Amino acid sequence: MNWLIGAVLFLILAPIAGGLIAGIDRKITARMQGRVGPPLLQPFYDVGKLFEKERAVVTTAQNFYVLAYLIFIALSGALFFAGGDLLLIVFAFTLAHVFLVLGAYAVHSPYSHVGAGRELIQLMAYEPMIILAAVGFYMVSGSFYVADIVTTTVPAILYLPGVFLGFAVILTIKLRKSPFDISTSHHAHQEIVKGITTEFSGSTLAQVEIAHWYENVFLLGFVFLFFAWNPVIGIVAVAITYLAEIFVDNVTARARWQAALKSGWLAAILGIVNLAILSYMMLGGA
Amino acid sequence: MAFLKRSPWILHYDASSCNGCDIEVLACLTPLYDVERFGIINTGNPKHADILMITGGINELNRAVVKNLYEQMPEPKVVVAIGICAATGGIFRECYNIAGGVDKVIPVDVYVPGCAARPEMIIDGVVKALGILEEKRAKMTGSAQAKEETRHAAEAGEST
Repeated sequence: MNWLIGAVLFLILAPIAGGLIAGIDRKITARMQGRVGPPLLQPFYDVGKLFEKERAVVTTAQNFYVLAYLIFIALSGALFFAGGDLLLIVFAFTLAHVFLVLGAYAVHSPYSHVGAGRELIQLMAYEPMIILAAVGFYMVSGSFYVADIVTTTVPAILYLPGVFLGFAVILTIKLRKSPFDISTSHHAHQEIVKGITTEFSGSTLAQVEIAHWYENVFLLGFVFLFFAWNPVIGIVAVAITYLAEIFVDNVTARARWQAALKSGWLAAILGIVNLAILSYMMLGGA
Repeated sequence: MAFLKRSPWILHYDASSCNGCDIEVLACLTPLYDVERFGIINTGNPKHADILMITGGINELNRAVVKNLYEQMPEPKVVVAIGICAATGGIFRECYNIAGGVDKVIPVDVYVPGCAARPEMIIDGVVKALGILEEKRAKMTGSAQAKEETRHAAEAGEST
């Protein structure tokens, strides 16, 4: 029964939490740049506004793909908070992004296509690391189920420092923050127009935004798993990680896609080394 | 619902401006004026924009571009002409290639005079534009409702 409550709570509360996190993010970013910044609820105003706009659609297929993106992001997050299988969650999460890419490829806009190509590169960059993180949790807790990982008394972060650092690198890609916001960005609205979201407008764009809120809450939940043995430390660590991401976002310029790919795979190597040492230690102990 | 007024996204296009007004438009985004306080974001994408800000007059080459940008913006939308060139053609109006102000090609809702227009004036113009934007939205939802009602009435008429 607990799993159902977790999933339902996620589906209802995650957009609210995600929107608030986005609002805090914009406020802190503005303060870092010496500006006052928008109101805290600005992300909700933006999405509300997008639903008020005319539905200008290039091809109806794109709406279908974006809806599938939203549903699969919400599904992977709901599975996560229901305590489901981490591998299934990761694959559902990847499938969601494939739908977003297909949506961008459904229209004949060069900007949209460039953004979609870059999203695929991002997918290649972070996919190895996110699977390695799942493997790392399995090695520490002996289970791929989030419900088991979260109740383990072993401090996962002490066994998986390399995996955590690697995950922090790909988190920058996933949160669409500089230096890896190559497919679309919250800030530079004039580069390759708007990347992957160029051809989405009105309620379709609003769905992309809501999916991004779901995604952020899910990813922060993933960060929490590293510190799950102590919930207080966990929540503090999640907050510090997110603040560090905002800081990195504001002090770095956008890297080329080659750099994003290399960084993602370097992070994965860091993760593999961590896991290799861990398995060596475990074999030695046995 | 008045979300539109709280989140106006801007598309800035330099028709054939001397860049004076463009610098003032961009100055609005700097920490001194910080228009993001009002939820204003400078997008580079007509499909995401609510307000089209044009600087400079219309010449024969950008006539089609301006028209295209305007048509790609989803309703409701408003156009703000920034600077005297965008309003009338300004000092360039006698040039052989200048057609005149922006209103020669697309309907303009707000004119912000000045050479160059000051950031305060531009922000004031955008605030005026927000009122017009809200009116257009009300009219749009009103007409959509009216359309829906006539369709329902027609369907009811057919069924009886």
